[in-house]
Amino acid sequence: MELFRIKRDLPFMKHALILNAISFITFAAAVFFLTTRGLHFSIEFTGGTEVEVQYSQAADVEKTRGVLTQMGFKEVQVQNFGSSRDVLIRLPITAGIKQTELADQVFGGLCKAENGQVRQHDSVSDKGEAISKKVCATATAEPVSLTRSGTVGPAVGQELAWDAAKALICVVIGIVIYLAIRFEWKFGVAGIIANLHDVVIILGFFAFFQWEFSLTVLAAVLAVLGYSVNESVVIFDRVREAFRKYRKLNTHEVIDHAITSTISRTIITHGCTQLVVLSMLLFGGPTLHYFALALTIGICFGIYSSVFVAAAIAMWLGVKREDLVKVPLSKDDPNDPNAGAVV
Amino acid sequence: MNRYPLWKYVILVIAFLIGALYSLPNLFGEAPAVQVSSSKVTIKIDEALVARVNTALADAKIQADFVQLEGGSIKARFADTDVQIKAKDAISAALNKDPADPTYIVALNLLSRSPHWLASIHAFPMYLGLDLRGGVHFLMQVDMKAALTKKAEALTGDVRSMLRDKNVRHAGISREGNTVRIAFREDETRKAAEVVLNAQLPEVTWTEVAEGENLALVGNLKPQAQKAVQDAALKQNITTLHNRVNELGTSEPVIQQQGADRIVVELPGVQDTARAKDIIGRTATLEMRMVDDSAEAQAAITGAGPVPFGDERYIDRQFGPIIVKRAVILTGDNLNDAQPGFDENHQPSVNLTVDAKGARIMKEVSRENIGKRMAILLFEKGKGEVVTAPRINSELGGNFRISGAMGTQEAADTALLLRAGSLAAPMEIIEERTIGPSLGAENIAKGIHSVIGGFVAVAAFMCLYYMMFGFVSALALGFNLLLVVAVLSMLQATLSLPGMAAIALVLGMAIDANVLINERIREELRGGAAPQVAINLGYERAFATILDSNVTTLIAGLSLLAFGSGPVKGFAVVHCLGILTSMFSSVVFSRALVNLWYGRQKKLKSLSIGQVWKPAPDSPEQPAPSAEKA
Repeated sequence: MELFRIKRDLPFMKHALILNAISFITFAAAVFFLTTRGLHFSIEFTGGTEVEVQYSQAADVEKTRGVLTQMGFKEVQVQNFGSSRDVLIRLPITAGIKQTELADQVFGGLCKAENGQVRQHDSVSDKGEAISKKVCATATAEPVSLTRSGTVGPAVGQELAWDAAKALICVVIGIVIYLAIRFEWKFGVAGIIANLHDVVIILGFFAFFQWEFSLTVLAAVLAVLGYSVNESVVIFDRVREAFRKYRKLNTHEVIDHAITSTISRTIITHGCTQLVVLSMLLFGGPTLHYFALALTIGICFGIYSSVFVAAAIAMWLGVKREDLVKVPLSKDDPNDPNAGAVV
Repeated sequence: MNRYPLWKYVILVIAFLIGALYSLPNLFGEAPAVQVSSSKVTIKIDEALVARVNTALADAKIQADFVQLEGGSIKARFADTDVQIKAKDAISAALNKDPADPTYIVALNLLSRSPHWLASIHAFPMYLGLDLRGGVHFLMQVDMKAALTKKAEALTGDVRSMLRDKNVRHAGISREGNTVRIAFREDETRKAAEVVLNAQLPEVTWTEVAEGENLALVGNLKPQAQKAVQDAALKQNITTLHNRVNELGTSEPVIQQQGADRIVVELPGVQDTARAKDIIGRTATLEMRMVDDSAEAQAAITGAGPVPFGDERYIDRQFGPIIVKRAVILTGDNLNDAQPGFDENHQPSVNLTVDAKGARIMKEVSRENIGKRMAILLFEKGKGEVVTAPRINSELGGNFRISGAMGTQEAADTALLLRAGSLAAPMEIIEERTIGPSLGAENIAKGIHSVIGGFVAVAAFMCLYYMMFGFVSALALGFNLLLVVAVLSMLQATLSLPGMAAIALVLGMAIDANVLINERIREELRGGAAPQVAINLGYERAFATILDSNVTTLIAGLSLLAFGSGPVKGFAVVHCLGILTSMFSSVVFSRALVNLWYGRQKKLKSLSIGQVWKPAPDSPEQPAPSAEKA
């Protein structure tokens, strides 16, 4: 089996303007949505309380919301999470209420609404681990149970946001330096612009759909950044090789050749990574859902940006053979298309 | 050219064996166990108790897989849950004479089912994070300002007594924020004071201030000393938390420092936040009171008479019943520090430091009570116990010591006990998380399915697309998975759901190296190279690119590791490890397999790497050489 049968170098750079226009438009749209809608940050960043409960029957989200509003919680978010029985409740930080007691209060309220009573329940799991927890019990059944809860103070959230920014800056600087050492600063800049534009586009998607932006999504975004930069590296590597090998080709053709000769590998590796990510989307459940989504967008746009955008930016920054091939050219080589243009 | 020397194969086989051995414990799952820990700081868990547990089990005719002392608790593993529960009852009945006031906490727990010989080579299963096993997580903020204020308070007292000793006349000493301010009337005394203080308190910098007529010295703790105070405060809080958390009987509580002023507490298996918070927030209190040695009191000890009015009966840790006066001289709040040390006769001692107020009271009380005994009581859960009851030999000040009739270990224990009651600085919970046990099990299943699904999909695709070479790549990928699991188990790094996602992602990314290699080999074949040459060149030329791509991924991984916390850190650890092991497995291991398969065939005609398509030689400007029969 061979998927890619390419007879001659595809003239990617001929369409560089169009390709870059497309990516510029998506980029602009992403920035637009980021500024107008903003990201829907998880409580890890904003601080607040999150309670996940499971009802024994399909949950009535409206009823749950009503109960919480009656209890005096304003700005409460209630939504299904994963299945129809699971409900996720989010409460913002409110002055005057002790954060760490909120989860217990919410659970108590919901339990009361189901005519149950919260009491201490000690049990032993079938594996033999002692479990002591608060359960909501009526005479016969357990109508609602607490699956998970979390409370994050405001200071922690701000710190996390700042740490995330630091991590991003660190990745960007590290990669630019590495590419500059390995190749040339123009490639470094081109590579990082192309891939930062991926990051912005991923964020744009999250802003547009108001998907929850959590710490794991952040990890996915940064991992994708490192991953798709290596795509650009592979192409740059080929560009250098082609500059060495084929003296007759101009920059434009060299880049076309480099992209053409790596395109099958690019698509196969990204395809493989996407297979894994798809498996996460299918099996990973709600916790890994947005993580996998961020990776999917990152991988798709990663191909696009490193193939079409990075090389084009490098071209416009004026990458020349001399930048990469350190061997001095013989000045009177009649076959050198750059003869005369070289300083 | 495609032969590996024997030693390379040997290294690979060893790597494989080690990988398999250390991944092995993960396959055994968990078995029911009983854990015995102390419920009071005054009681220690030791080998003698192991023997008692063993006899208790033998008496009840219960067979345990093993009983061992590990960390601060005894763990015994059993075949099934029925035996486990019987064992718990038997041990509990044997150790706790009074069920209402248990001395030991006997709790049901889980232990790895892996055989003992694996544990003896330190092969343990991966440490699962809370999102995979359920439990509670607290992040506590230690109020470092309070620790410094406390220290400044102590310094104020010290300065006062030092200046008095040297007869330096000052016009008042006060604490302002975290600084100590001494007022003076004339400059000479200030100079004299500065000399005294610089000599005796090297950790403080003194600056001269003058506001009109008022002369003063302002003392600030030096930055190193501040850091030392904060470190000590954090350490003491961690120790205190450890003691309290023991009571919950959790199998593997995690109490760790995070950053400069935070403590993470993770209690796997605990679901009840309210109780956990209650226990964490509980303060043991320390009180110093006089011992009543009168005749009536002696009678009360033996039980011959009633406890005299104004007295209470307590139990001394070493000497049994003791009658103590109700009036409290000092409380733990006044105690700044207690450290084991040595007295002038080189006998082990416990050195105590009390604050200025405490010093004043201590001086007064001790002057009037020379020759009498003073008891130090520790109250936990409302019940008091006498830690030690030394005789007062002389007038005491802010620093004094308890010495005589104790060993070094005993001195250290007593010092710990005296400190254990108190937190060096107040703490506040700033983050809290509970994960139900069923959610944890669900998350494990989800993580494993994601990894397996991804692995199978990628392996199937590789085998289809690259045939034999694809199969080799799939094996290399499997080897990488084995290595990642082995390294994670060896490091005992915490595995979380994002960590499992990182394992899956690493598989997807690691295959990149093999794709690069296989594509290169195809390309060389397309270019007309002989099969053996193509293999060699393919691996050689792809290596530089593989290195590059891994470096960029690693840069991202390392920054996540450096700045991330919680789930991000878990992700980053696995991500970085996976990249490193993938370099080894996808390059060295897959090459070894290819060499083994093809290396010995001298007249190799073709490679099983899928179809190698060659473009027709119809493009003159095409830089690739025209096709020839390979």
